[in-house]
Amino acid sequence: MKKYAYFPGCSLEKMALSYHLSALETTRKLGVELKELEDWNCCGATAYFHVDQLLAYALCARNLAIAEREHLDLVAPCSGCYKNMYFARAHLKSDPDLAEHINYALEEDNLHFTGSSAVRHLIEVFVHDVGLEEIKAKVTQPLDGLRVAPYYGCQILRPRKDHEDVEQPRFFEDLLSAIGAVPVEFPLKLRCCGGALILTSRRSALSMVRNLLQSAVDSGAAVIATACPLCQVNLECYQKQVNQEFGSELSIPVVYFTQLMGLALGIPPKSLGIGSELVSTRPILSYAEK
Amino acid sequence: MAVKPTFSKEISNLLHAAEGNPVYSCIQCGTCSGSCPVAGFMDHTPRRLIAMINAGLKDRVLASNTFWYCASCYHCNVRCPRGIDIAELMYALKRYSIWKNQYQEGLVGPVFSETFVKTILSSGRSYEPVLATSYLFTFGVQEFLQEAQTATSLMLKGRIPVLPPRIKRLENFRRMVRRIIPLGGD
Repeated sequence: MKKYAYFPGCSLEKMALSYHLSALETTRKLGVELKELEDWNCCGATAYFHVDQLLAYALCARNLAIAEREHLDLVAPCSGCYKNMYFARAHLKSDPDLAEHINYALEEDNLHFTGSSAVRHLIEVFVHDVGLEEIKAKVTQPLDGLRVAPYYGCQILRPRKDHEDVEQPRFFEDLLSAIGAVPVEFPLKLRCCGGALILTSRRSALSMVRNLLQSAVDSGAAVIATACPLCQVNLECYQKQVNQEFGSELSIPVVYFTQLMGLALGIPPKSLGIGSELVSTRPILSYAEK
Repeated sequence: MAVKPTFSKEISNLLHAAEGNPVYSCIQCGTCSGSCPVAGFMDHTPRRLIAMINAGLKDRVLASNTFWYCASCYHCNVRCPRGIDIAELMYALKRYSIWKNQYQEGLVGPVFSETFVKTILSSGRSYEPVLATSYLFTFGVQEFLQEAQTATSLMLKGRIPVLPPRIKRLENFRRMVRRIIPLGGD
């Protein structure tokens, strides 16, 4: 059984609880164990890096050091947490002076960073570690004909890490195909949702959200799938405000890819947190286990 | 005698962790601006801001909303033909302007970031209701009502935490932070 240190991140405690529930349910079904990282702290989001970079690295390093103590790789379902910890680890590994400074601080919590635990995004675990063939074999309720817009967002792919395709990735589409859904060609699949601008620069973010929603609708999607809590909240919870701002009538459900996977694996919708949305998920519920 | 660094050099030095090339290697191609989803809302596009940095227009750069409107989506980064870490440049400018306490009036970004940091330092985790206090005051009546409506809907769906979360070893955590930023007094 594959086992990872699981870093839910602050959003998944409440706002994105359905992502948390569906992540745990789907991994369990696929023989992957997610062990919640003991006493984890906030990764620093984006706002922390605005104020003090060194402190932001210390926050990430504490989580990484706890995962190292367990000898497990760290998995984050939130793209922001993933990016912060991925690059904090990379910088600390390449800069011994920086690591020494951070380790001096970590002593206060009896921790030490060496860089031995890798950082993974949850979607990578499904695509690469579990594998699409394995997922296909476990599907009991294929989402036949459900047209899904695969929304990658930003930080799964950017900044560039190794040699992945940052302009035309296909892994999200492949994952959706594996559960029987039909991934639509979604031109804005890599375009930003506005992130924290929804709080700090409302008008700009609403216009970014509108463009994405419109593009998904124009692509013929019945639902948008995301792999990040901030993307989900921006695209779903602000649809009403987008409509008020732009006089549009957009209404498209936005769910986590793990919720769609869960349905295809025969997990009851309620266990996947379905029912906590502001935009009805009725179009996809017909695919749930009868 | 020490030579005062140019603004461009100063900013490059602030790119503490950036792995990109220095800003003066910019060729002004505009790929960053063309890739930026927020460019239309910025006082100056990213390309123009970089030109302004290189021209030493420090006050005008710091007075602009450009870097506070960067959503850090990194689209410019992966496309820049000169390999400049543009998003990190925007972060560096945010830190620089907070440090200098010099930023455009009415921007929510700086207040939000500082509130966020305080929240994390006091509990180890983020808590939405406290963060809201940093931006709600900037809203007009209509925006405020819309936001209240969204928050109420989320609360009814059980998506807003009632109590602030906190980590267990908070004392260790705070001592760890003090080793990064010595506050004195204890």
